[in-house]
Amino acid sequence: MTRALINVPAKAKRGEVIEIKTLISHPMEPGYRADNTGVLMPRDIITDFICKYNDEEIFRAELFPAIAANPFFLFSTIATESGTITFEWTGDNGFSAAESVTITVE
Amino acid sequence: MVVAALLGTAAIAAEIPLSERKSGYDLMGRETRAMQDDDTANPGMLWVLDGEALWNRKAGAADKSCTDCHGDAQASMKGVAARYPAFDAARKRPIDLEQRINACRTDRQNATPLPFEGKELLALSAYVARQSRGLPIDVAIDERTKPFLDSGRELFTARQGQLNLSCAQCHDDNWGQKLAGAPVPQGHATGYPLYRLEWQTLGSLQRRLRNCIVGMRAEPYAFGAPEYVDLELYLMWRARGMKMETPAVRP
Amino acid sequence: MSDKDHMNDEEQLPNAPRRRFLIHAVAGGIGLAAIAATGPARATPATMRAAMKNVVGEASLRKGKVTLDLPPLIENGNTVPLTVSVDSPMTAADHVKAIHVFNEKNPQPNVVSIRLGPRAGKASVATRIRLADSQKIIAVAEMSDGSFWSDEVEVVVTLAACLEGSVP
Repeated sequence: MTRALINVPAKAKRGEVIEIKTLISHPMEPGYRADNTGVLMPRDIITDFICKYNDEEIFRAELFPAIAANPFFLFSTIATESGTITFEWTGDNGFSAAESVTITVE
Repeated sequence: MVVAALLGTAAIAAEIPLSERKSGYDLMGRETRAMQDDDTANPGMLWVLDGEALWNRKAGAADKSCTDCHGDAQASMKGVAARYPAFDAARKRPIDLEQRINACRTDRQNATPLPFEGKELLALSAYVARQSRGLPIDVAIDERTKPFLDSGRELFTARQGQLNLSCAQCHDDNWGQKLAGAPVPQGHATGYPLYRLEWQTLGSLQRRLRNCIVGMRAEPYAFGAPEYVDLELYLMWRARGMKMETPAVRP
Repeated sequence: MSDKDHMNDEEQLPNAPRRRFLIHAVAGGIGLAAIAATGPARATPATMRAAMKNVVGEASLRKGKVTLDLPPLIENGNTVPLTVSVDSPMTAADHVKAIHVFNEKNPQPNVVSIRLGPRAGKASVATRIRLADSQKIIAVAEMSDGSFWSDEVEVVVTLAACLEGSVP
């Protein structure tokens, strides 16, 4: 099961800088390791992570094999208005996952 | 220093006095501790969330979910993991939490047991054990469990493998000292299943024990072997009163 | 494997196949089979500089404004918490456009590339990375005015990630 842990405050004041934490389950196989029999395990990583706030991109990351398994990001954004914050991960072997949360801005 | 201590060690190693016991948490750096403390950033929580979903899912020929018998885990499972391994009357010996979950699967849900160290069993045991976080470890030692506790203690203190080392020699006698640059912990099983940075995934106490045994150049027992459960019972008794930390994070 | 990956190899390690062969020839006439089995070349200070040049181009890279935060002694190279903060008002006129992190000794010099903007409020990002060995890590911030600033940290890794061992 692809499981993601998202942490965004449910409510914020207009103009407040809020912190967003995201954690997604993924092995991030770097492509440099061999299995028990010595066979090289092919690369299988998340390559891109995009966060949008009411459809406007507010954060984007390009991931390389050096990002640890179960990729974690902590970043911030200004709470401008109420709406939806979406998270999208894409990667090798057609990997694709998405989550979204709503935020109320007063 | 370690070699000298090993040569001088008596047959029965000295147990750590109760008041001097420390969790592996205390030996970790600030950042690793922060990873454990923050539920919104602890990778182990990914398995806890999966476990919560599995808890609510119907399974087996009986078409029952854990909820159907146990209701809300936050209430019914509180304190349970802190008491395991626990004596099972049907099997006439202590069983650990994973075996208990599988016993429910086969006996109550009429479902196939979940494979050891598989994602589902880890998720369920993480979810159940999470409900005991912060509670003191309290395994029951009575005339039924005492023989297994003694067996566990023997396993912990017996020399084994090519290096002829016992668990006690490192974890009772030389905790706090360095081995290959890393501090030797006292080895209390307070946070299992836990997210080990070395594994980059959540793993069980049995997996950790297998790692140790292989590291000592000894032959590991098969998954689910009674020796592990006896050892786990001893380890939990040795950690009695210490707080559960599941899901812990360790290097 | 993606085109992007292939492009990186060509731009940063143009002589890679020949370099590997030379290393092993010197080591004592080991056959081709041994070369195939040993795996990719590692990043080096030179490939790290090449990867950085890809980003910075001809602009000068100045020290300052950026703080790269890593634990001084790393307990396990498989998962290392890292934070990059940049001193910037993050206004439309003056903000951090991107943060790039590079390393010296992993198999590959790039770690992560992050795009930010004035909506971030503050230029501070945390993630978790892998480090194969004790080495230098460099964070580069690309500002809206086209300038580049950096910070670097040398870390000691007590257990190696990526290049070691097989799955249990």
